[in-house]
Parts: sequence; structure tokens; C-alpha cells
Amino acid sequence: MQRRLWREASFDLTGKIVRINWLFVLLLCALAGVGYTALFSAAGGAAEPYAGRHALRFCIGLVMMLGIALVDIRLIARLSWLAYAVGVALLIGVMRMGHVGKGAQRWIEIGGLQLQPSELMKIALVLALAHWFHKASWERMGNPLFLIPPIIAMLIPVGLILKEPNLGTATITALVAAAVFFAAGVRWWKFVLLALPVPFAAHLAYQHLHDYQRARIDTFMHPENDPLGAGYNILQSKIALGSGGMWGKGYLQGTQGHLDFLPEKQTDFIFTMIGEEFGLVGALAVMSLLALIILGGMLIALRCRHQYGRLVALGISFNFFMYVFVNIAMVMGAIPVGGVPLPLVSHGGSAMLTVMMGFGILLSVHVHRDVEFEGAGDDR
Amino acid sequence: MRRETFRSGVFTRRALLLMGGQAAVLGTLAARLYQVQVVEGARFATLANENRISARMIAPPRGRVLDRFGVVLGGSRINWRALLISEQATDVGATLDAFSRIVPLTDYERARIDREIHRYRRFIPVMVREFLSWQDMAAIEVNAPDLPGILVDVGTTRIYPFGEHLAHVVGYVAPPNEADVADDPLLALPGLRIGRAGMEKYHDLALRGRPGAVQLEVNAVGRVIRELDRQEGLQGDDVGLTIDSGLQQEVLNILGDESASAVVMDCHNGEVLAMATNPGFDPSVFNAGVSQAQWGEWTRDRRTPLINKATSGLYAPGSTFKMAVALAGLESKAITINDRIDCPGYLDLGDTRFHCWRKGGHGMLDLRGGLKNSCDVYFYEVAHRTGIDKVAAMSNHLGLGVELELDLPGQRRGLIPTREWRMGKGHAWNIGDTIVSGIGQGFIQVTPLQLATYTARLASGRLVQPHLTRSLGGVLQPGTLPDDWPALDLPDRALHMVREGMWSVVNEQGGTAPLAKLPDTRWQMAGKTGSAQVRRVSREMRESGTFDSAKLPWEYRPHALFVAFAPFDAPRYALAVVIEHGNAGAAAAAPMARDIMTVTLRRDPANRTDQPTEKLAAAGP
Repeated sequence: MQRRLWREASFDLTGKIVRINWLFVLLLCALAGVGYTALFSAAGGAAEPYAGRHALRFCIGLVMMLGIALVDIRLIARLSWLAYAVGVALLIGVMRMGHVGKGAQRWIEIGGLQLQPSELMKIALVLALAHWFHKASWERMGNPLFLIPPIIAMLIPVGLILKEPNLGTATITALVAAAVFFAAGVRWWKFVLLALPVPFAAHLAYQHLHDYQRARIDTFMHPENDPLGAGYNILQSKIALGSGGMWGKGYLQGTQGHLDFLPEKQTDFIFTMIGEEFGLVGALAVMSLLALIILGGMLIALRCRHQYGRLVALGISFNFFMYVFVNIAMVMGAIPVGGVPLPLVSHGGSAMLTVMMGFGILLSVHVHRDVEFEGAGDDR
Repeated sequence: MRRETFRSGVFTRRALLLMGGQAAVLGTLAARLYQVQVVEGARFATLANENRISARMIAPPRGRVLDRFGVVLGGSRINWRALLISEQATDVGATLDAFSRIVPLTDYERARIDREIHRYRRFIPVMVREFLSWQDMAAIEVNAPDLPGILVDVGTTRIYPFGEHLAHVVGYVAPPNEADVADDPLLALPGLRIGRAGMEKYHDLALRGRPGAVQLEVNAVGRVIRELDRQEGLQGDDVGLTIDSGLQQEVLNILGDESASAVVMDCHNGEVLAMATNPGFDPSVFNAGVSQAQWGEWTRDRRTPLINKATSGLYAPGSTFKMAVALAGLESKAITINDRIDCPGYLDLGDTRFHCWRKGGHGMLDLRGGLKNSCDVYFYEVAHRTGIDKVAAMSNHLGLGVELELDLPGQRRGLIPTREWRMGKGHAWNIGDTIVSGIGQGFIQVTPLQLATYTARLASGRLVQPHLTRSLGGVLQPGTLPDDWPALDLPDRALHMVREGMWSVVNEQGGTAPLAKLPDTRWQMAGKTGSAQVRRVSREMRESGTFDSAKLPWEYRPHALFVAFAPFDAPRYALAVVIEHGNAGAAAAAPMARDIMTVTLRRDPANRTDQPTEKLAAAGP
């Protein structure tokens, strides 16, 4: 009854705009502000070349996000598998170009804009899986045969990303998919059964890794063995963080970052720069902001009244969480280095656009959280 | 509806579980951050400072080498250099072309510059050209807009105003090698030189000075961002030598083109006033590195320009040795001053006949007569009576065949044979060896410096040691005063007799070196000639009557020697002259000794000093 009332009274543009989770949008703006501040310092106290472009991209991304937020979630649901198909096609396209190009080509250019198909693919995979599980009852979830198509749907992109080769993104993709499987109600014991052979698989994988990937793991284990080679990044990042101490060296005063000891300070190691200049206090503040955004995404998932929206919101939030975890753990030397940026803070266009696109869908879930969704009828 | 509720319940539970997991993971990261930033913070802060601060040394200016009057013998000169910083040049090739239009560069130089540009990082300056003239400098400065990346810089280079005249004494500097750098990191500084020979080598540490330090903030690739702190270095000490550069030049002029060496000493304190070796070499060549061709030319020259003949040339002393033999004879009581020995022109010993240089012989001679006539038979007999070991001991005491306390590297010891030495070689000592040793031939080898020291000791009766360092950093060194040196510990009468003999050689009718008589009648010189055979003269050659050593090829002619001191009544200066293959001491060396002694007496450097004694007093005990 209540639902009907809403549909009639407020399902117009104004109503939708009102229902956008503006607090969440504010958190994103704050995070982008942190990014602007850090990039301003990374350029040695100048808006160019990083901070200004970062702000411009965020504005474009913000408009795109809000636009997507207004798109009916049911339309998005209908396009889920199309998005998935496009994502796979782009991945294959990138592989083709990669063979022509430099071996590990991960980027594709569309209309002058660089895109990383693997990032798009993660969102498309979440959409497709959510679409598959949307209609599934608890009983059907218990049927192993029902799980075979989504598993295949997951393995195809993961395999393609592994072939790029991009071990980090492939692992993140698999973990995001696993989170969606888990939330959808796949039985506990199936995860346990899958987890058991992981150590053996890891050992096997290590044998078949590319040399540079193996080097990353080796230097991660013993960074001091090679302080000027592959271990340099980790060591310098830890020196920067450690020398920041509790209160930091002060804005624009970070020696490690400003004297170029810190590699890729404007992209992968932006968090290190924040930790050096603002200390533990600043770093924890930024981490809290990131945690709030993840929490906001998860709350959107919990408040949604249809399974598709719940799974999509959870998948997107979890993907954001994975970004945050991998990046911060990486700069602290807790996991092997892999080129994962800190979303909305690091400099770089394509990652920000994909993340904003994901948040647009997340907001759309929130806007359309109470909408009547046909698939749910099965359960009622 | 119930089913939807059930499914949403499952989702909620599992979503909350995931959130819990996420919180745990982020909490772990926060804890790890605390560990890195706070617990290990101090250690990493130190590492960060080590990263960014680079301490570099500043080369101190090298001290100068001065003569006894403060004339610069080795100093530093401003060296204008043009450097190229390739990252500041839009087009390196165009810049170098433009530079070539002002100061032509050879293809060889261009190749070297290209090589260095590619070897170093783009912000490190590469030397384009050194030793630019002032005109070139001005032209480069005026054309600076056309020369992007060219930088003009002032360095220093070592100069030796007296060039080859003092090369063997002052020595030279050269770029340090890797072993040197391992000993002292200061030497790794670009453009720094290390003393490689002569006084530059002996006093290298004092001349080098103390380096300054500058702390620079650098970035990861080593580019200097700014200077944090600077401490200037301490200039190296000046080294004041005993040499009188004016006298040195006059001595070399007197030696002319001969392959020769002359040493002038102060009899009373052993100060070396001139140490001339002919020919010399240009020491500044070593500063930049010696070319293969130059090296080959030096090593092929049979007059051995690189060898300091004064300290490293070994010669038989010939008749100049006779004073040592006489003193050994007197000291061992083998002879007395008035003992007379007959010279029939030869001495027969077993079946060997030893000739006197004068065919007819000298008749009966006492010690003074023996020295005056330089009679060989007289000294054969004295040596025979005294025995080789006592002759050797006396020679060593007088400074022959021993290592002198000279502050110049590369000194050779020479040799005064003894029975023990001969045994060590696996031979028995022959009495004939003693006989020829009596006239300074045979195994005996000495250096010109030893001869000068020997003469100085005879003249002054003091056990002086030759030395070249007079002051260090303006502080007078010990050894300047006669009382710094012990007495020779020989009877005055014996010494007086020997000096008398040497006087008669020059000044008496019938002496062997009338040419050495000083033209200036204010002073009289005492001296002794010597001729050192390079080749044994066979009896047939001698008896054929046509033997004339002057007709031998240059390298087989005897060396001509002369030792002398003056003024006779109050000895002050001693000298030794050795002219390689000069044939006869009386004819070749004596006139040069006369001229050298004349200029020495006229300049009188020993009594004309800049008196750094005041500074010695100021510096305290």
C-alpha cells in the first residue's frame, strides 16, 4: 500500500532528485577534495598538472553519476547482460591490441578517453550476477546446477584479465564476485570446499607466474634485499610514511614526495604522501572517510527492498572496499605492489570515471530502493 | 512475502558479516599504519633524512711550494673552464657548433664531449674546454645567448713557474688513481690532484689542506635542490724550501747542455741551496696526463731527463774519494800526516800492476802532496795499509754510500763495498779491490748529493744532513741552525790537513785543478777533481800510448767530477758537480764548479733569508 502510494505520488524527476542519497554524494565530494589537496602537493604546490585536471574530471564524473542515479534501476537490470557482453568484448579487444602493442596492454582508447576494460568489467559482472540471482529463491540457490552459469560468467572475465596479464585485478574481480555469491545465499560449505584447495592452487600459480609478478612477491617478502631495485618502491613508501610520524611534516613539506624518492606519488602512492605530510592522524582521517563511504554503500544495500538492488549495491561497495584495501595495504608493504590507485584520490582519468559510474548505479539503487520489481514476485 | 523476508534476512545477515570482515581488515590496516608511522617512525625519519641530505666535500686550495725567499716554485693558477649542462641546451649539437666558432674544438674533443654527455645524467656538467684565455672567456660571455647550456666556471690548476729548472725538486701533481681515492675520499673530488713526485709528494698531506663540507638537499636522482649548510675548507700549508731559485737558475745556465748534476749546500746546516739536474722535464705536463709520445721521448733520451741525477744518479767518485781514504788512514793510524810514500808511477801487487795517472810517477809525497797531485799510488798504498772496512766506515760516516736524511722521495743509497758485502755476493775480497777503492773506483758508487754532503761535512766538521724543507706553513723547521747538528767527531788536525790539501789542488802551483781558482780574489776555494771510468781501460790500450779517452764514443767517456767548498778561511758553501761523460774532472767539471761557487758567493743566499724565525717564535715551542 505504502509502495503504491510512493509510486503515484513521487516517481517523477523531482521526487527522484530528492531521494538521491545526498549525504553519500557529500562524502564523495569530500574524498575528491582530499585528492585535490594531495595532488596539489604532489605537483610541488601547484594546481597543474594534477589537481586541476582531477577537479575537472570529478565534476564531469559527478554529473555522469547523478545522471545515472536517475536512470530506473529496472532499465539497468535489463541491460545487465548487455553490459557484461560489452565488457567481455572490450577485454578481448584489449588482448588483440595487446598482441600488436607492448605485451601487457591494459588500456583501450575510446574517443580519446583511456579506458581500462577490466575496471568496467567488474561492474558489469556485478550487474550480471545480481541479475541472475535476483530471481533465485533459497531453494534454487541450494541447487548446484543453478550455480554453474554464474560461475562460468565469472570465470570468463577473470581468465581474460589473468591473460592480460593482471593478477591483482583478476584476484579483486574474483573476490568481488565471491562477495556477491555469498550475499546471494550460496551455501557456506560450498565456500569452505572452494577455500580448501587454495594453498595448493597458490603454490601452483606461483610456479606459472610471470617473472615480474614473482619478483613482486619476492621483494614483498624481503624488500631489504633489493633496496634500489624492485624493493625500492616499498622501502621508500615505508620511509615516507614512517618519517611522517604522528602529526606529519606539514602540508607541502614532505621531503620524500617532493624530492622524488617516492615513486608514482600522484597515482599509486598518493596515500603515502598524505601519511607523510599529515602523519598518522591525517592518514587515519582519510581512512575513516573511505570507511564511511564503504559503510554508506553497504547501508544502501541493506535498505534496498529488491534482491537485484541489494546485490548490485553490495558488489559495488565491496569493489570500492577492495580498491581501498589493496592500495593502502600495498603502500604500507603489507601486500605485493600492484598498480591499484586509491579511487577519487589518485590522479588518473579512467579509474575515476569507472568508479563514478559504479557509484551512479549505487545511487540509482538507492533512489529506486522501493520500486516494484517483477522478479521478486517469485518469492512472494 | 514470507519467502522474500527470508531471502532478505539471509542477505542482511551475510552483508553484516561482510561488513564485519571489512571493518576487521581496515582495523588491521590502521594498526599497521600505527606500527609504521609511530612505533618505527623515528627510524624511518632518520632514513628519510639520509635520503635527502647529501654531504659533499669542497676541495681546499692546495698550498704553495716556495723557495727560501718566498718565490713561488709551485702554485695554483685560476683555470677558466667552459662546461656544458646538456639539459639546458635545446640542441647540444647546435650549441657545440656555435662554441666551435668562438673556440675551435677538434673532432677528438667533440667525440669525448659526446661520450661524456651520454655517460652522465643530463644535469651534470661536462667539461667542454679547460685553460681558456681571458679573451676566449670574454667572447664566450658575450655570445652567451647563442650558447644555451654553456656555463663558465673557475677552477684551479697547478703551475710551476720554473718549469724544468726545478722539476726534480718540486716534483709534480697528477690525477689520483683508485687506490689513492680509497685512502682518502677527498681525492675523489673532481679536479683534485695528488703530489706524485718531489716535494709535492713528500709534503702532499700538508699541501692538501683540510676539505670543507657542504650539505645539500638532493632529490632521488641526485639533483641538487638547495644548499643547507656550508663549511669552508682550510687551505693547504705553504712549504718553504731551502732552495734559492735564482741560484738554481744560474747553476743550470752554467751546466749548459751537459747531462750533468750540481748540488750547492750550506756547510753548516745542510740546507740545499741548489739542486740542479740537466736535462729536466716540464712538470705541468703531468697535471693533465702525459701523452704516450712524450713518455716515449723521455724514456728514450739517454740523458735520462726524468731521473733526478743529484739523488738517484750513481757514479764512481774517482779521486774525489781520496779525502775519505786519507781520513780513514789517519784515523786508523795506518799513516800519519807526515808519512811519505814513494810513487814510481805504479804499484805492483802480486802479478798485477796498478798505474798512477801520471806515467812517470810523483816521487816522494806526504798527505798534502798526495791530495794536491791526486797521486793514485799514494792512495793505493794508504788504502792497502788501512784496509777496506775502515775506509768504508769512514766514507759512511762522511755521508757516502748511506741513506741520507733527505726529505725528497726517490733517493738512492749507492755503495761502499766491504768484505762482508763481497762475501754476501759469494766472492772472496781481493786485495786488488781494496787498491782500486783507494782511488774511488771499483765497486764504489755514490750520488752527487752524497758528494756535496761529504764535502760539507769535511768543510764544517759538522754531521749535517742535506734537507730541502725550511718552513712549513710559515713555521721554521728544526735544522736551520748550525747547532742543530752534532760535530763530526774527527780530529781538527786531520780535517785541517785534508782542507789544506784541497786548497792546494786549486790554488797552488802544480795542483790538479788550476782552472777552479776563483777569479774574485776576495775568496779562495778548496776542491778536488775526479774522473770516474765507465769502462775498464785495458793495459794494451794504456801502453799503446795513443789512448785518449776524449776520442771515445760519448757514452764510454769517463764522468767528470768536482767537489769544492768556499770560502777556504771560513767555509760556508759546499758543492759537488758531476758531468756525465765529461771526460776529465779538472778540465770539464772544475771550471763549472768555479763559476757556480762564484755566483753562490756573490748571492750569498745563506746570509740573506726572509727570516721566518720570528714566526717560529710566535708559534711557540
